[in-house]
Amino acid sequence: MWENIKDFASTFFVTGDPLIYGADVSIGLTSIAILFVLTYFKKWKWLWREWITTVDHKKIGIMYLIASLLMLFRGGVDALLMRTQLALPNMKFLQADHYNAVFTTHGTIMILFMAMPLMFALFNLVVPLQLGARDVAFPFLNSMSFWLFLMGAMLFNLSFVIGGSPDAGWLSYPPLSELAYSPGVGENFYIWGIQISGIGSLATGINFLVTILKMRAPGMKMMKMPLFSWSVLSSSVMIIFAFPILTVTLALLFLDRFVGAHFFTMDLGGNPMMYVNLIWMWGHPEVYIVVIPAFGIFSEVVSTFSKKSIFGYKSMVFSMMLISVVSFFTWAHHFFTMGSSANVNVFFAISTMVIGIPTGVKIFNWLFTMFRGRITIKQPMLWTLGFIPCFVVGGATGVMLAVAPADYQYHNSYFLIAHFHQVLIGGVVFGYFAGMYYWWPKVFGFKLDEKLGKWSFWLWNIGFYVCFMPQYALGFMGMTRRLYTYGSDTGWDLGWAPLNMISTVGAFVMGLAFIVQVWQISYSIRKGERDLTGDPWNGRTLEWSIPSPAPFYNFAVVPEVEGTDAWWKTKEDLKNGIKPAPVKLEPIHMPKNSAIPFIMSVCWFIAGFGFVFGWMWMAIPGLVGVAISLLARSFTYDTDYYVQVDEIERTEAALRGRTV
Amino acid sequence: MSQHTHGHSTTDEVSQGHGSLKSYLLGFIFSIVLTIIPLVIVMNDMLNKTQTVVTLMLMAVMQLLVQLFFFMHIREGEKPRWNVMTLIVGLLIVFTVVGGSIWIMSFNSTVQ
Repeated sequence: MWENIKDFASTFFVTGDPLIYGADVSIGLTSIAILFVLTYFKKWKWLWREWITTVDHKKIGIMYLIASLLMLFRGGVDALLMRTQLALPNMKFLQADHYNAVFTTHGTIMILFMAMPLMFALFNLVVPLQLGARDVAFPFLNSMSFWLFLMGAMLFNLSFVIGGSPDAGWLSYPPLSELAYSPGVGENFYIWGIQISGIGSLATGINFLVTILKMRAPGMKMMKMPLFSWSVLSSSVMIIFAFPILTVTLALLFLDRFVGAHFFTMDLGGNPMMYVNLIWMWGHPEVYIVVIPAFGIFSEVVSTFSKKSIFGYKSMVFSMMLISVVSFFTWAHHFFTMGSSANVNVFFAISTMVIGIPTGVKIFNWLFTMFRGRITIKQPMLWTLGFIPCFVVGGATGVMLAVAPADYQYHNSYFLIAHFHQVLIGGVVFGYFAGMYYWWPKVFGFKLDEKLGKWSFWLWNIGFYVCFMPQYALGFMGMTRRLYTYGSDTGWDLGWAPLNMISTVGAFVMGLAFIVQVWQISYSIRKGERDLTGDPWNGRTLEWSIPSPAPFYNFAVVPEVEGTDAWWKTKEDLKNGIKPAPVKLEPIHMPKNSAIPFIMSVCWFIAGFGFVFGWMWMAIPGLVGVAISLLARSFTYDTDYYVQVDEIERTEAALRGRTV
Repeated sequence: MSQHTHGHSTTDEVSQGHGSLKSYLLGFIFSIVLTIIPLVIVMNDMLNKTQTVVTLMLMAVMQLLVQLFFFMHIREGEKPRWNVMTLIVGLLIVFTVVGGSIWIMSFNSTVQ
C-alpha cells in the first residue's frame, strides 16, 4: 500500500531538480499566505461577491490585468533561466530536457497567457467606456471568458510541479509531440490548457465584435468611432476566424495521443506537415490579433499627447481592416523550408511583403499626427516613441525573412528569434504598456509615478537592444534556436560566447526594468498623483468624460455623439460658452452577478485535469458539471435589475463632488 | 435575450417575428428531402463514385442554403447586414483554409 502511494507520487509530482523543489515550496507558502490573509481580514465574502461572481467589465479587466502581469513574471523568469544557461559555453545550469521545457513554457505563456490576457484586459477596461456603453454585449459570457482563461492558464502552469512540463516547443510540432516521442503528460497539459482558455478567447472575440457593432452611443457612426475600438474590431474578427482552427488542430493532436488516431503520425496515412500547415493558419493571424490593438493604443496616445486629431483616420481604419483579412493569407511563410512548390513560396512571400504596406501607412500616420502637434511627453507617449524605431527595425527584418530563398538561411536561427522578439516586445509589450499607463488613472483613480516610470522605460529599452541586437549577428554566425548549450570551440573560436554574454546582460536589464515597474505600482498605490477630474491627460474620447474610477454603470446618461473626438468637442463647446442640454436621469438596466461562470470553469479545469492523466472517473464528472452549469444558466430568468434614479444621483454626487 | 444591458434596447425585436409556420414547415420538408436523396443514392449504389461525390456535395450546399434561409433567417434583421458580411468573410476564410491546404500539401505527390 505504502509502496503504491510512493510509486504514484514519484511520477505524479515532478522530482529531482532543486529549482522544482524551490517552486514547490514557494507555491505552498504563497497559497498559505493568501488563505491566511483572506481569512484573517474576513475577505472571503468580499472576494466572492465583488470579484469572483462579478459581470462588470471593469472588474473583469482588472482581473485580466493582474493575471497577465503574474504570467509576465513567470514567462520572464523562464527567459532569464534560458539566458543564464546560454551566457557561457558548456554551462551546467539547466539540463537539456529541462531547457526544452523552459523554452516551451516561455513561448506558450508569453503569447497565450500573457499577451492575450493583457490585450483582453485593455479591451474590457476601455472599449465599453469609449463607445459610451454601460457594459459589453454579453456580460455573463465575458465573466465566463475570464474564468476559462484563468483555469486554462492554471492547468498549464500546474505542469511545472505536477506531471512534468510540455517540452516540444511552443507550438508542439508532431511527430515530437506525438505519444511515441512525448510519452509523458506534459503535452496533454499543453493541449488542455490551451483548449480551455481558447474557448474563452473565442467568446471574448464574439463579445467585443457584437459590443462594437451594436452598443455604440447614439450618433456614433462606425466612421466616428475611436481608433482603439476599430483596432479591437479588427482583432475580434481575426479571433473569431482563427481560434476555431487552433481548437480543431489541437483536438486532432489529442485524438492522436489519446485514442491512437493517425492524423499527424509518421505512418498509417498521417502527415505531421499538415499540423504545421494548420497551426500556422491560426498562428499567423494570432500575431496580428495581439499587435493590432497595440496600434489602436498608439493612435489614441499620439492623438491625445499631440493635441491633434489623428492624421489619416480613414486610411488607419482601412489599413487595420485590410490587415485583418490579409493576415489569413500569409501563414506559409513560417515553413518556407518545408519543401512546397516554388509557386507556393512565391505567393506567400509576396503576400507577406504586401501586409507590410498597411503597417507602414500607420507608422507614417502617427508621424504626421505628431508633426506640428503640441507634444507633451508623458509615460504613454514615451512608450509610443520607443515603439516606432523598434517596430520599424523589426518590420524590416520581417521583410528580410519574407524573401523565401533567403529564408533558407535565416530559418530557425537566432536571426528569427531576434526578429519576432523585436516585433512582439517592441510592438505588443511596449504598446500594451503605453495603454496600461494611459488608462491606469481611469481604472484605478491615480497616475503611476512618472519618475520611476521613466527609469523602467529606459531600462526596458536599453535592455531590449542589448539583449536582441547581438542575436541577429548570432543568427548569421550559425547559432540555431532551441540550442541548450554550445562548446568552447564555437563559443570562443567562432565568437558566440561574447555575444551571448552581452545578450544575457540585456535580458537581466529587462528583468530589472520589470522590478522597477512592480515597485512603481506599489509606490503609486500609496503616493501616486490622484486623478480627481476624470480627465488627467486632457483626453479626446468618451472614457475621459466620466469620473475615475468609473461608476459601475459607467454613464449616468448615455451620451449623444456627433463626431470623432466626442469629448474634445464637448470641451471646446464648454469653452465657447455653449452649455450642454440639461439631462434627465432614468433607471439603468444592469445585469446581475452570477456564480455560474466560475463554477463552470472549475468543472472544465477538473475535466481537463482528468483528460491530462487519462482519468475518466475525473474527466466525465467534470464534463457533466459543465453541462449542468449550461442548463442552469438556460433556466435562469432572473438575470437583470434596474438601478433607481436616487441611487444614481447619490453615486454621481459622491463621485463628482466638487467638480460638477 | 434580455441579457443586453442597455435601457434603450428595442422591444420590437420580438414583434418582428421570425418566419411563419408555413416557412418553417417548408424548410423542414426541404431539409428532410435533401437528406434522404444522398442516403438513397449511397444505400442502393445508384451512381458511380464521381457522380456520388458530386451529388453529395451539391446536396450539402443546398442543405446549407436551406438552413440559412429558413431557420437562420439570413434575409431578416436590421441594416447594415452584419450577419451577411460575416458570412461572406467566413466563406472566404474557409475556402482559403481548404484550398490553401490542398495547394501547400500537394508537394507530397511530387516529392515521392
